[in-house]
Amino acid sequence: GAMSRKRMKLLVDSLTRSSKHFNKSEVECLVNLFDTLVAKASSHFAGAGFDRTVFRDTLHSAFGLTDEVMLDRVFSTFDRSNTGSITVVEWVEGLGVLLRGTLEEKMKYCFAIYDLNGDGYISREEMFQMLKNSLLIQPADEEPDEGVKDLVEIALKKMASTYFDYDHDGKLSFTDFEKAVREESLLLEAFGPCLPDIK
Amino acid sequence: MGVALARAAQWTAAGSGTGTLEITPLNESLLNQIIKFAEDFSTKHPQEAAFVFREPLEWKTQLDSSVFGEGYEINEATVQSKAKDKDGQPLFVLSASTLRVRSFDQLSRLLHIAMEKKLKETQACLEANRDPIVKILGPEYGTVEGEDKSILHLFDKVKKESDLETELKMKIILLLHQLDLQLLNSSLKQISQDVRLNPAAVNDEVNLLKNFSGQGEDTVLESLEYTSDYMFSNGCRAPPWRQVRGEICYLLIKPHDTDPLYITCSTAGVFLNGGQLKGKDIDYERKSDLYKDIVTFLRERSPKFVENMAKQEYSFFKEPAHENYQHVEGAEIFGQSQSFHEFRRMTVCGRGKSSSLGSPGQRLKPCMKWKNSELSASQSDKSPKKDSEEEGKSSTVSLTTKKKASGKSKTVKIQEASKCKASSSPEDVGESSSETDEDEQPLRRQEGHTDLSAEYWGIQKLAKYVKGGDPTATVIALCSMRDLNLSQETCQLAIKDTGCLEVLINLLDTEEIKCQTGSLKILKEISQNVLIRHAIADLGGLEIMVKILDSPDTDLKCLAAETIANVARFKRARKTVRQHGGIKRLVELLESISVGSSCQAKDTETARCGALALWSCSRSTKNKKAIRKAGGIPLLARWLKCSHTNILVPIVGTLQECASEPSYRLAIRTEGMIENLVKNLSSENEELQMHCASAIFKCAEDEEIRDLVRKHEGLQPLSVLLDNSENKQLLAAVTGAIWKCAISRENVLKFQEYKTVETLVTLLTDQPEEVLINVIGALGECCQEEENRGTIRKCGGIAPIVKLLTATNQALLVNVNKAVGGCAMEPENMLIIDSLDGVRLLWSLLKNPNPEVQASAAWALCPCVENAKNSGEMVRSFVGGLELIVNLLKSKDKEVLTSVCAAIANIAKDQENLAVMTDHGVVPLLSKLANTNNNKLRRHLAEAIAHCCMWGSNRVAFGETKAVAPLARYLKAKDPLVHRATALALYQLSEDPNNCVIMHENGVVKLLLAMVGSTDDALQEAAAGCIANIRRLALATEKAKYG
Repeated sequence: GAMSRKRMKLLVDSLTRSSKHFNKSEVECLVNLFDTLVAKASSHFAGAGFDRTVFRDTLHSAFGLTDEVMLDRVFSTFDRSNTGSITVVEWVEGLGVLLRGTLEEKMKYCFAIYDLNGDGYISREEMFQMLKNSLLIQPADEEPDEGVKDLVEIALKKMASTYFDYDHDGKLSFTDFEKAVREESLLLEAFGPCLPDIK
Repeated sequence: MGVALARAAQWTAAGSGTGTLEITPLNESLLNQIIKFAEDFSTKHPQEAAFVFREPLEWKTQLDSSVFGEGYEINEATVQSKAKDKDGQPLFVLSASTLRVRSFDQLSRLLHIAMEKKLKETQACLEANRDPIVKILGPEYGTVEGEDKSILHLFDKVKKESDLETELKMKIILLLHQLDLQLLNSSLKQISQDVRLNPAAVNDEVNLLKNFSGQGEDTVLESLEYTSDYMFSNGCRAPPWRQVRGEICYLLIKPHDTDPLYITCSTAGVFLNGGQLKGKDIDYERKSDLYKDIVTFLRERSPKFVENMAKQEYSFFKEPAHENYQHVEGAEIFGQSQSFHEFRRMTVCGRGKSSSLGSPGQRLKPCMKWKNSELSASQSDKSPKKDSEEEGKSSTVSLTTKKKASGKSKTVKIQEASKCKASSSPEDVGESSSETDEDEQPLRRQEGHTDLSAEYWGIQKLAKYVKGGDPTATVIALCSMRDLNLSQETCQLAIKDTGCLEVLINLLDTEEIKCQTGSLKILKEISQNVLIRHAIADLGGLEIMVKILDSPDTDLKCLAAETIANVARFKRARKTVRQHGGIKRLVELLESISVGSSCQAKDTETARCGALALWSCSRSTKNKKAIRKAGGIPLLARWLKCSHTNILVPIVGTLQECASEPSYRLAIRTEGMIENLVKNLSSENEELQMHCASAIFKCAEDEEIRDLVRKHEGLQPLSVLLDNSENKQLLAAVTGAIWKCAISRENVLKFQEYKTVETLVTLLTDQPEEVLINVIGALGECCQEEENRGTIRKCGGIAPIVKLLTATNQALLVNVNKAVGGCAMEPENMLIIDSLDGVRLLWSLLKNPNPEVQASAAWALCPCVENAKNSGEMVRSFVGGLELIVNLLKSKDKEVLTSVCAAIANIAKDQENLAVMTDHGVVPLLSKLANTNNNKLRRHLAEAIAHCCMWGSNRVAFGETKAVAPLARYLKAKDPLVHRATALALYQLSEDPNNCVIMHENGVVKLLLAMVGSTDDALQEAAAGCIANIRRLALATEKAKYG
């Protein structure tokens, strides 16, 4: 009705004002899409948003993101309020980074995804978690985890400034991450695909 | 007989089915022994001779019915033997030139009747009946592949049932076996007598012949080239599957007097092969006799070769070449002992029957490299299997796994195909002739490392993750690999030796942009190494990189283009890029000029990478054409207008490379590129300056371009750049441009203004040859202006120029000669040249084998002889000098003949020298040249004849040697200079009455009458004088008649 149309206009206007990346008509589209997704999710979840499952399906089909661990992490990063569902504000802002984000924004976003426990560092253990399924061929003569551990060391050596500092327990700060990515853009998604694969 | 025929006889490569026996000494001796056996069979073994064959031996004959007589029933073209089998069928039938013979008796008779054709008939019979024993005794007696069971078989049969027929068969088969052994023994003897060539001997001979080959009259060959640049570590260039047949390499030989010859050098000797097939392959089949070496082969093929070999005074070839040729006992080319057993195996494999060359373990090992590639191929074959096993475990990654697997097996295929190409690569031949640049050659390296470096282990560890990881792991490993020092050769080779290179290339064939990018970043670095470049091409990397040029990802495209730029530094790679549509795509990279200002940086980068790749590719002539066809020229012109040095360098680099093609020179002129080239001569970047100068150098053969360079004020910056004499490459390009620009007189006047001649003289010493050639060339052109001749002298330039007459570089000598000749036009300069013995040096250059050097020396001698004081005496002082120059009239080079005529005309002005030249037969040699249509030669020839008339009975001699009639015809030429010289000659010749008669008969009077009216005094006088002489003779004759 007229009421909801008016509400919609206000919402779009406010979102357009706060968004750095989208114009009004784009925001409109995203809000419409949001409504569709909420409708789709309503059977699972009642609230002003949609849940993890719908989010995952959507990112899978829209951006070809397939890694389950990563998709969970992307959801958590979108869901800043930590409510278990994505609100329309979170939706539009999250997609802003994903689709139109500057390098800085993307680096922050990726770091947040890889920092599993949110302590401001990507630790050895976190890397191990993220990379444990990354080796397709396990050398027969090695312990199953040896290869992954080795790979974690390689990644740390490449990216951590403090790797040779023996006192340090070997973890990646955001500064390290930022420096490494600026030198080599391929490292932006170093620990798993979390950005759409279009350029 | 079966074994000997199948294995020892040399069948042509046709393989299975109806092969033909090659005509070789070995086969001939085998055939003769078989004939003797069959001929004597009926007398030696009458009982067995009556045995009726299971099936007739049947073949097409060349005999006709007329040769048959007693014992045969002849019915027109059909002949039957009177002898019949027990069913009443004739044992011998000839109908429609097909023979059917069913007993040894008939076979013996036939051979007696065939007389001198018996060799041919036997050959035809054996070719048509590849296993005659089967026909004679039945299929169960066939020679089974590998071993001969027929005797055992028969033995069994005899034991079981003993009838007369089996006994007969037993005897026949024993007789045939005896023959078999005899044949094998004698062929072994033959084979062991053969000289065996080896790769080193062939290579030595090729290098030796190359020293005496090239353009020119006196070389033994025009050229000889390997058809493949690629040499295996055993020294062979033949592909491995031909090496097992003993083939070492293939050569393309161009003699002076026959069509190009494609030959095969094999361990057994040298022979003509079938030449290059339409595609890339060589027709390996033997088309000639075997010769013990290339020289012996060429002696049979090229009379000119024999003639010029005889001319080479040096001991060209040591006859008893013990070091070069080893007998079979010592030859261990493939590391196998040449036992008879081995030989049989070679021929068995070599015939290319279905045998798939046996198991690799026991086979000959032609070359380690090949073996390695086989291994790696089988390893990669395994990996897809592993991948698919993995598939079940994780569902999310299954997609990528599959993709990788298919990518892998695909590249393995490409790899094998390209390996073959690498080894045979006759395709290079077509291109090499048009190639101007030297092609790079990978240096041979020792295979296998004894001590493996830390880099090797580091790379091997990372390679494991690149190979066995998902895209995330792969990217981590790739990024980490980039931290190693990839510009270091140990690292580069470690990547190749660990098999990581294959994986990097396989990654390019996936759809993972990040993996592709990571891989290309490494490939771009390591392709600085020549071995890596060749390996990338061999592994099919270029094809994939060309495909990537279509990617929507700009960075990826740029990386691919830059890597192509590195790899395409050798011919085969450049050809691959072209053949896979790379040129068009690279040209498209230059097209990406979008409107928005923010995108411009990216466009420039894309264009820069595209231009870099085009620059590398443009070194092949066909690629130059392809760039033009793809519409590259206007794009190059457009980018030439921009101001970014980093893109201008590859753009101008490409342009100057392409400027060797006339179509580009035209475009450079018409598209207004000269202006920009001139502008960038003043760039800050020396490399850019160099390419601009080099482009002008190549274009300025064209007169209009020379004018454009001047109009755009390019001559001054060129002169200024001479001051930067430290950068020799730049200096070479700049002096080259000055040289070519100085061909135009107006430009020379400008150069005088800029004091360029003075600067050039300072560059006559301590410069590399490529600079000297151009400096001297420029001075030679400037000399055409009188003022500059004085300038050169005043700057002390004469002495260094004359000193360069002792150089050896032929291109340099041509220019030095011209410069000396130019200077010699000034009498004051001539004094200096004379004091430095310059004329003698010039004269001795007439002996140079290069006709261009000869001609330029002869031209330079003209002003010297004209302007030197006491030149007659000076010329006489050169021992053998006059004979030398007279003999050059035998040259086949038009320019040499013309220049020598001009020199002779000058020398003949001295009576004594003319007398000496007459003794050396100058008159008949000049007369011989008279029938030419070349006006320049006509002119100087007529001059020479005119001057040579002044001695003894030379006028009469010219008449006798039939020079007069052709000269008379010169008057009809269109060139006034020819008219003048001819009139002078005819005037001299008309002093002899007989010559007057010939002239009159050839209608000269009318033509000369027209010339009497000429404004050219010399022509007028000579024409009138000649007419007067003819008329005087006519009057005298009339007087004598009617008195």
